[in-house]
Amino acid sequence: MVPDIPIDAWTTSAIDWLRDHLGGFFDAIAEFLRQLLNGMYQVLVLPHPLLLTAILVAIAWLCVRRWVVIPVAAAGLLLVQAMDLWTDTLQSLAVVLVASAVAVVVGVPLGILTARKDSVRTVVRPVMDFMQTMPVFVYLLPAVFFFGIGVVPGVVATTIFAVPPAVRLTDLGIRQVDAEVVEAATAFGARPRQILRDVQLPLALPSIMTGVNQVIMLALSMVVVAGLVGGGGLGAVVVQAITQLDIGRGFEGGLAVVVLAIYLDRVTASLGRRLA
Amino acid sequence: MIEVNGLCKVYGMRDAAAVTLLDGLPPEPMARRVAVTERGGFLGADDVSFSVERGEVFVVMGLSGSGKSTVLRMLNRLIEPTAGSVSIDGKQIRDMDDAALRSLRNRTIGMVFQHFALFDHRTVRENVAYGLQVRGLPKKERLDLADKALAQVGLAERGDAKPAQLSGGQRQRVGLARALATEPDVLLMDEPFSALDPLIRREMQELLQALQAEQRRTIVFVTHDLVEALRLGSQIMIMRDGRVVQRGTGEEILANPADDYVAAFVADLRTGGAHGA
Repeated sequence: MVPDIPIDAWTTSAIDWLRDHLGGFFDAIAEFLRQLLNGMYQVLVLPHPLLLTAILVAIAWLCVRRWVVIPVAAAGLLLVQAMDLWTDTLQSLAVVLVASAVAVVVGVPLGILTARKDSVRTVVRPVMDFMQTMPVFVYLLPAVFFFGIGVVPGVVATTIFAVPPAVRLTDLGIRQVDAEVVEAATAFGARPRQILRDVQLPLALPSIMTGVNQVIMLALSMVVVAGLVGGGGLGAVVVQAITQLDIGRGFEGGLAVVVLAIYLDRVTASLGRRLA
Repeated sequence: MIEVNGLCKVYGMRDAAAVTLLDGLPPEPMARRVAVTERGGFLGADDVSFSVERGEVFVVMGLSGSGKSTVLRMLNRLIEPTAGSVSIDGKQIRDMDDAALRSLRNRTIGMVFQHFALFDHRTVRENVAYGLQVRGLPKKERLDLADKALAQVGLAERGDAKPAQLSGGQRQRVGLARALATEPDVLLMDEPFSALDPLIRREMQELLQALQAEQRRTIVFVTHDLVEALRLGSQIMIMRDGRVVQRGTGEEILANPADDYVAAFVADLRTGGAHGA
């Protein structure tokens, strides 16, 4: 009854075409991300694990400013080390930080654009919906085609998945700024760019920081999935444990993800409140 | 100082279409309004003309939806007029390009808003200095000038506070200081005291009168309160449904209300039913 539309064939040929014609471009991106990840990882493994633990606990205290975080954060991080998952955790942390940074660098300016131009928003919104609801495994395969097996396709898939909240919450934050306040800045002769810098962005900051928090959480949720394509880190631990039916090891890997998640969530959420 | 002629604003229609439509309409106010509504637009201000002398307080009065805020915002083009002309100090503001318009807003016109419209993330002093910051003045200079403006409104000690720490009356003093700091010739005030308690409102009116006795700025003051209009205005213009209903001094309006709408305001005042201020 309904004619068959060969979206599968189109997608495959589109991806083949991209790979044939823009291969150099993707190689450059892959190399850039690999360097970035490597640099981040090197920084994280540079200090002694206990020193890094102390630094991370200090950061948590500086952001949250409640004494209870010190024992809790220290216990969580030491537990990871006691499970012998510290380097895997740091690999995952490096992926999360790089993917989140790229997502924020792409997402926040895009959110500013959509907040200022309804036409841009009309185009970007459905794309964001698409990116966020498309099952993440679907990104992984083409990412492997473009970037090869390893940690880079994981980072790319993670980034794509994590961009939407940065765009949405930046857009929302700017739109929520009181129209009369923007009018006041205009009435004093400010240029649109000055209004953005002096009024809209500072007042949208709490919302933008919520977006950053969401980006990091989504990125972390992708880390395990990225283990499927050789992403390394905790994802690899969990994937390996699953394939070997090693329930205990799988649980340990999962527990380390939870520690990382709670740490990153509380720190970024408090940082957002502090900046606001 | 300010000359306004045949100023119109049609919302919800493209300018070109609105201008053609307005040109072809009969002069009867109701017919014009209905015709615009039928075409999917809204006639926010219709054929508004007035002039304001230098140093005068010109009050625009009307109920909400009467078009008074629209008219005020067309004076510095926060709202673009659909038709008509506005000249300030001899310059046609509708002919200005973006740079000239920004300069007009920054140097010639100051504005005070109904809900204060302060920048909550900045200190009071930085709020007051904003116009000077936009002008490009060095930090020290603009903060010194901000302190002077704060002293004029009696808030010399509160420069380091954040707006959220101040009372409503104090916040509007900051709003006023922010407008005064750029030393504008013209002040546009959009129901600046409506959100305040009656006693504070009275205090702010007195502050404005005291400042005006010293500085003699040209003020366009929008209000829905006839008591306030009579107290402050040397000229009063009453608006209804986007049209000017009556224009004159307070005495003239009290003695000869132009129609039932104005008469109702005056009657309300006589029975003491107005805002009690």
